[in-house]
This record gives sequence, structure tokens and C-alpha cells, in this order.
Amino acid sequence: MLELLSFGPGGWGDEILRGTGVTVAVASLAFVIGLLFGATAAAAKLSGSLPLRLAADTYTTVVRGVPALLVIWLFFFGGSGMVTWVAGLFGYGGRVELSAFAVGVAAVAVVSGAYAAEVIRGAVQAVPKGQIEAARALGMRRRLILRRVTVPVALRYALPGLGNVWQLTIKDTALVSVTALAELMRMAFVASGATREPFFFYCTAAVIYMAITTLSAAAFRAAERGAERGVRREAGR
Amino acid sequence: MNPAFALEILPQLLTGAVLTLQLVALALLLGLVLALPVALARLSPFAPVSALASGYIFVFRATPLLVQIFLIYYGLGQFEAVRESFLWPILREPFWCAILALMLNSAAYTAEIIRGGIRSVPYGQIEAARALGMSGPLLYRRVVLPLAWRQALPAYGNEMIQMVQASSLASTITLMELTGVARAIAARTFQPVEAFVIAGAIYLLLNFVLTRAVHWAERRVTHAAH
Repeated sequence: MLELLSFGPGGWGDEILRGTGVTVAVASLAFVIGLLFGATAAAAKLSGSLPLRLAADTYTTVVRGVPALLVIWLFFFGGSGMVTWVAGLFGYGGRVELSAFAVGVAAVAVVSGAYAAEVIRGAVQAVPKGQIEAARALGMRRRLILRRVTVPVALRYALPGLGNVWQLTIKDTALVSVTALAELMRMAFVASGATREPFFFYCTAAVIYMAITTLSAAAFRAAERGAERGVRREAGR
Repeated sequence: MNPAFALEILPQLLTGAVLTLQLVALALLLGLVLALPVALARLSPFAPVSALASGYIFVFRATPLLVQIFLIYYGLGQFEAVRESFLWPILREPFWCAILALMLNSAAYTAEIIRGGIRSVPYGQIEAARALGMSGPLLYRRVVLPLAWRQALPAYGNEMIQMVQASSLASTITLMELTGVARAIAARTFQPVEAFVIAGAIYLLLNFVLTRAVHWAERRVTHAAH
């Protein structure tokens, strides 16, 4: 059975491994871009401007309320048209075609960003007021307070939540396989079709996903411990 | 957005929404029924039973639902023994494969929610019930489970909404539920925006109704407590 996973023309080991690489690449890129979306949306939610707040609330409510698969299909069918239209505004006349990779990253990033926005907003709101007041008393300006106090403290609060968002993002990348992007799930699908061993290949995919989620959960726990150095613990642990 | 076209595709999308509702309702119901024994097994002092439940919960939460659906739909059918068993009439139907995958997935998440609820029951309540002579099933039925349920309800509400979204994956094994219908319309007409916007709106409406229902249920159980 295991010779099915050998490398080279006879086995599917190299294809599965490459698929795993694409899965990790899509998930990592989407997570980082999602963090940017999330931070922007969180800033908009916390801003004094009503239109900005409404726009950010609409973004997070709608995207968290519809299936990720629907968002992926929307980007798959509508992404090229949308980009072509925007390019047209800038005077580009031709049609823009998006690669399956770009569609996958964009769609998963939009979903990931909506979840990250809520985590980041919660973390920023949890920064104790006294810390901000202390910084102001030391004569820091808004930008400096943001950089030196709010972001470092909020980051520590946000880490556990962002770990959950990462797990969601990894699992959402599996859905991108519906667009035929050659990531892990798609490779398992192709290998199953060619060998008539679907059970074996989907189990392989499941084990690889488990390894990724377990390892990254451990990495996030280590990061949490790192971020909590120098924090005096009064309760728990 | 073309209103005439939107109106034209609305009936098809609503038909898809009916299938979505059937999938969600059945999977949630069966998932809940399975989740209770899993949660109790997870809390069991007998290590092998508890480890088995933990393993089940871990596997289903650490892998994408799509893998679970494909394993059941494509994977099981490869074995002669499955194809010749009495279960085959069920396992060859995409509908029941989707239900099975959604139910097993939901049960894993729900079991953790119920476990959290059971662990939140104050010990004093259990002591009081014991002092009144209750034990075993009666203690669980009259004291532990009602209190646990009250605690678990908000989290279970989130799980219900997650299930509405998860049911969209049934479209990957040929079921024409809401997402599947929207995708088919987009592929046929090359007018993706209308189909996906209306489908999205129907999902949001379903979520809204569910959220209201859970709020109502929460108010009822807290009211009953006073």
C-alpha cells in the first residue's frame, strides 16, 4: 500500500508533497493578507467615523455569515471580471485573467480577515486604559502610543484567537481544491481517481492536515509563552 | 445586478435552500444525539473510554470537513465489504453520506460544548441532589444536564450557524443545496454576482432566524431558573 506514496513516476509521494507545499503557501499568504484586512477592519470598527464602522461591520458580518465555499466560488467566477473592471478604471483595456492560486489566496484571505478583525478588535479593546494613560502622562503622542503600547500589548491578547483563525484558514484552503488548484486536497482527489484507492489517499490527506494543525497549534502555544515572558501571573498555570 | 434576472433565479435558489435546511436540521439533530454519549465518555474516569472519545474529537476537529465528506462518499465505496453490506443502499446516496459526515463533524464540536457545560455545573448542586437521594441517571436528567444545557446554549447557537455554512460542502458531492445551485447558475449564465449575492442573502437570513431562536431559547431557560 505504501508504495503508492513513493516518489517518482510510479508513486504519488512527490505530488502529495507538492500539494502540501501549495496548501501551506496558500494558507500562509492568505493568513498574512487576512491579518492586514483584519487590522484595517478592526481600526475602522474602533474609529469614530460612522461610515467606516458600518463598512467594517458589514464586511465581518456578511463574510462570517456566508459559507467560505460561496466566497471562493464568487471569486472564482467573478474575480477576473472584477479585476478587469478595476483595471479598466485605470485605463487598461484588456481582460485580466487570475490564476487559481491568486483566486484561492484572495478568497481565503477575505474570509480569514473577517475572523481576524473580531480577534484584533477584542484584543485592542482589552488593553488596560491605565497603560494608555501612563503613556500619555509620559508625553507620548498617539502614533508612538500605538507603536509602543497598544500594539505590543494587544498582540499578546490576540495570539490565542489568531491561533484559532490560523486553524480555520488551514482548513478553508481545502475548499480551494474545487477550483482545481493543485493543493493537497486536489492532489488526493487526482491520485484517488488514477489509482482507485480513494480511502488511502484521503486518509493520507487527513493525516497531513492533522500534522499541520497539531504542529502549528504547538507553535502558537510556544509563541504565547514567549509573549507572556515578563507577565506576572496571578491566576492559572 | 440585474433585478429581472435575480427574480428569475430566486425560485431555484429557494429550492436549494430547502435542501440546505433539511441537511442542517437532520445533521444537527443526529449530531446532538451522538454528542451526549461522546461528551459523557470524554468525562468518564475510565481512561480507555475517555481516550477513545478524545481521539474521535481530535481527529474530526483537526481535519477539514471536506476530507471527511470525501472519505465517506468516495473512500468507503471502494471496499467490497461495504458495497455488499446492508448499509450500502444508504452509503451510496450522496445525501446520506453528507448527513453522516456533517453529523460526525458536528458531534465532535458539540461534545466539547456539552462537556464544558457539564463541567460548569456547581458542585454544590450535585451535592444537594445527592443529599436528596438522587443518583446516576436521575441526577443527570434532573440536575446536571438541564444546568449544563443552559450554560452550553450560546456556544451551541454558534455551532448551529457553523453547521449552516458547513452544509455548503454537500455541493461537492453533487447535492444541489443553496451553494450548489448558485454555482450551477453562475457556471451556466456567466452572471455570477446575482446568484452569489442572493444565495449569500439567504444564508444571512437563515443565520438571523437561528440567532433569534437561540436568544429566545436562552431567555426561556434563564427565565425558568428564577
